[in-house]
Amino acid sequence: MSAYRDKDPLIHGIQSKIRVVPNFPKPGIMFQDITTLLLDPKAFKDTVDLFVERYKGKNISVVAGIEARGFIFGPPIALEIGAKFVPLRKPKKLPGKVISEEYVLEYGKDCLEMHVGAVEPGERALVVDDLIATGGTLCAAMQLLERVGAEVVECACVIELPDLKGRERLNGKPLYVLVESR
Amino acid sequence: MFAAENGLKGDPRLQAISNAIRVVPHFPKQGIMFQDITTLLLDHKAFKHTVDIFVERYKDMDISVVAGVEARGFMFGPSIALAIGAKFVPLRKPKKLPGEVIAEAYELEYGRDCLEMHVGAVEAGERAIVIDDLVATGGTLSAAIRLLERVGAQVVECGCVIGLREVKGQLRLNGKPLYILVEPREIDGC
Repeated sequence: MSAYRDKDPLIHGIQSKIRVVPNFPKPGIMFQDITTLLLDPKAFKDTVDLFVERYKGKNISVVAGIEARGFIFGPPIALEIGAKFVPLRKPKKLPGKVISEEYVLEYGKDCLEMHVGAVEPGERALVVDDLIATGGTLCAAMQLLERVGAEVVECACVIELPDLKGRERLNGKPLYVLVESR
Repeated sequence: MFAAENGLKGDPRLQAISNAIRVVPHFPKQGIMFQDITTLLLDHKAFKHTVDIFVERYKDMDISVVAGVEARGFMFGPSIALAIGAKFVPLRKPKKLPGEVIAEAYELEYGRDCLEMHVGAVEAGERAIVIDDLVATGGTLSAAIRLLERVGAQVVECGCVIGLREVKGQLRLNGKPLYILVEPREIDGC
């Protein structure tokens, strides 16, 4: 599901603040840069408010954010809805005991880690990131949460690249995005 | 300066924040007692207190920029920025920011590292604060201050949740005030 509606001024305002940087990190990629959104206090607040409105009062006790841009959107949402924030990090960054989930990149593999004990069985969780592309990272994030017995209620991203079909990699879990970029 | 010596003496929120921080011995290497703020993020009340204290301090200081140092500064900075109506500017390790950047090198214990900021994110004359989870030697924060000053911003203060002993005697970093909520926790039972 997407919040994107041609005539919705809030969404339009948010989308207009996202900067596209061509050929980053490599030729052919049109990088969706959210740092320009963060420079506009109203648009940044509108972004967070749209997620908060959706998730407040839904008994969500965990907001998990994916390093590093998920750390920018996740905590404000967690604070507003009364949930804990759980950072999902690249290997060797979290100091305590962790569980790890490997995932496939275009070339090679990477790994996402979560602290043991951060999330308890039965907790209702959201996964937050700035963008969903192929869905590989989000999928790994969901796996981590499900492995400790949490229920992933939804994945929430500011931007979706629908042509990369990431939505289909989410094992049937719902995805909510504010902006689609084709 | 520590919050407890600066208007927040006896504030129960500071104790709650301190209690929520976990010490992990020998991370990332032997001898280091790592101050883990992820347990603070799991405690909604204490996390909210942390943000609230910074917001109370900065909301009437005409701050238009909150700069956060990657990655743990990202966990605190944006909420503060949103509450005080400022922009959030991420300061990142090399090659992460997609647009044109300026870079500032700084010394590590062994070797050097580099912090980058997008060109055009901050304008000359803007009043800025820098936020990170912890200040140890002050090397990273000093690099952050230099980046902001190079584009003509005025760094009003650096705010950190935890301040290590090395900085306790220093009220200022690069001549800038430092505001710290709590001291490091000792390991329990030692």
